[in-house]
Amino acid sequence: MEELEHPYEKFLRRGRIPHIWCEGCGNGIILSCFAQALNDLNMDLDKVVVVSGIGCIGRVSGYTNTDSYHTTHGRPIAFATGVKLANPELKVVVISGDGDLFAIGGNHFIHAARRNMDLQVICANNFVYGMTGGQHGPTTPLDAWTTTTPYGNIEHTFNLVHLAAACGAVYVARWTALHVRRLTESIKKALQKEGFSFIEVVSPCPELFGRYNRMETGIKMMQWFKEVSEVRHFSDPAKAEITPQKIVVGEFVDIEKPSYSRLLKEMAEKAKTQEQ
Amino acid sequence: MDEGKVGLSSRRFMMGDIACVEGAIAAGCRFFAGYPITPATEIAEGMARRLPQVGGVYIQMEDEIGSMAAIIGASYAGVKSMTATSGPGFSLMMENIGLAVMTETPCVVVNVMRGGPSTGQPTMPGQQDVMQARWGSHGDYEIIALAPSSVQEMFDLTVEAFNLSETYRVPVMVLADEIVGHMWERVKIPPTQSIEVVNRKKPTASTKDYAPFKPDDDLVPPMGFFGEGYNFHATGLTHDERGHPQTESAEAQQKLVQRLCDKIRKNSDKILRVEKTTLEDAEVAVVAYGIVARASLSAVVKARAAGIKAGLLRLVTLWPFPDKEVAKVARKVKAVVVPEMNCGQIVREVERAAKETSVFFLSKLGEEPHKPSEILEAIRRTQK
Repeated sequence: MEELEHPYEKFLRRGRIPHIWCEGCGNGIILSCFAQALNDLNMDLDKVVVVSGIGCIGRVSGYTNTDSYHTTHGRPIAFATGVKLANPELKVVVISGDGDLFAIGGNHFIHAARRNMDLQVICANNFVYGMTGGQHGPTTPLDAWTTTTPYGNIEHTFNLVHLAAACGAVYVARWTALHVRRLTESIKKALQKEGFSFIEVVSPCPELFGRYNRMETGIKMMQWFKEVSEVRHFSDPAKAEITPQKIVVGEFVDIEKPSYSRLLKEMAEKAKTQEQ
Repeated sequence: MDEGKVGLSSRRFMMGDIACVEGAIAAGCRFFAGYPITPATEIAEGMARRLPQVGGVYIQMEDEIGSMAAIIGASYAGVKSMTATSGPGFSLMMENIGLAVMTETPCVVVNVMRGGPSTGQPTMPGQQDVMQARWGSHGDYEIIALAPSSVQEMFDLTVEAFNLSETYRVPVMVLADEIVGHMWERVKIPPTQSIEVVNRKKPTASTKDYAPFKPDDDLVPPMGFFGEGYNFHATGLTHDERGHPQTESAEAQQKLVQRLCDKIRKNSDKILRVEKTTLEDAEVAVVAYGIVARASLSAVVKARAAGIKAGLLRLVTLWPFPDKEVAKVARKVKAVVVPEMNCGQIVREVERAAKETSVFFLSKLGEEPHKPSEILEAIRRTQK
């Protein structure tokens, strides 16, 4: 009998699957879309580096069959900055979570975006800290229940696409884990973009977010995404809300601006011609 | 990265922090990530000026946490990397120093020590971060730390720090102090080709069979770079030889953490450097490091002139601690004097190694290091 090969086989590290993620989690969908994007672009996997931080999605770097690094909590962008500047030929992709990138790692995110560092950042936003059992984070909706907001969340949230746009990212998009085709297209676009690109993926965590908020299965969370998502391309990211009634998705920013690598190269040319 | 003009071969009058910059360039450092902090800022400024001239990259990060993370990233991409800081920044770096240890990353961390704790005295010298350098990140591990006591050594020991970090795949710290960092002295910079530069071992296994954390007999694994086709994984989690997480295996934890310690401990004879002055017939020994070793030398010379058989053991390597050398000296003398610009850190190690021999501690905090006369007085007191 002929052995069938999974279409994503070459993108995944042999022997590391099954993954650790729960039933109904969106992380596998994000990984699939990333693999599909690499496949569609026929990218040289030897020149792709996947960097992740700590959290459920942090384990993604262990599954991709590329050079990969699983950093300390919040530091994947800073680590990736070093990789990219040391070897500009590499395509360095950061895939991490909302807590990792925007709470403990928020400072690195805003500054890498400001510098227009040549990195592609994909954020799995599941509204909670999943790995530690469902505590509230910087994207937990107001009034939502989590293990550390037992009376409802009283913290306002970060609007990630608005933040990324304000910090200077040249490509900004948001999709949910339901929008696999559009998400894949956005990842492809980001991979081809010069400078700092950011994609937020609103992702279901039925175990630790849904269960506390009347959406105890992956299907129920996906139904929520399906019912309330509205595609509003190039609308004002400041108004791109995520509420129980509405999730604004789409591409919000797609501009050209000299990247850090380009400016660095130009500066280095000048430096070399000058006396010591 | 392409090699540009490196050579600065000559005798020059320069500042310690700048000698450190030139040492790094000579050792092959081509990536620096840092954050301004007194009294290490001149190293960042020097790197910002020099690195682009030799095809390297300087980046000023948003903080020292990011700086440390970035130099680890650059090292994994195959480029020798460094950061420089002082106490407050050193504290922030501790998190990723642990990551560098765990993922066996060659890199150099310079700490131009100032007065602490907290913001302390930014423009004043100190030797208060010596224990932090050894134990500051969580978990059990070993690092290497060197203590320059002259501007020449800011150059020489920075080169050596890179060589050791490349040899053992470990972060190496240069523990300077504000005086050595800001002092101007004449420095002899050898011609580039005469400087011994060590590069990390490359894997001999095929890209498919490469196990990034499988050690050779010297307990150090060869290191492939990102982008060379190995497609390997590295993680701060406890991992096996292939770099795959092993979060529940006691055996994996035992094997990895023990090796991370052993690769330094079992090679310590090759790593350690001390300098001995008139110790052959000495009855009292001063054990000192950094700028304090200079005043100590002066005190020892004065003591000899006064008829006291004194000698100096200068610790060039602070970590791993030169236990055997200290024990050997302590066995032969009646007393050991340890002057430090802190409230007593290395003296504890000396006491441990010296066993039965009396150890006298001489603390000094603030603007000035010990005066030779103060150390001489301490030497005299041991005679009573």
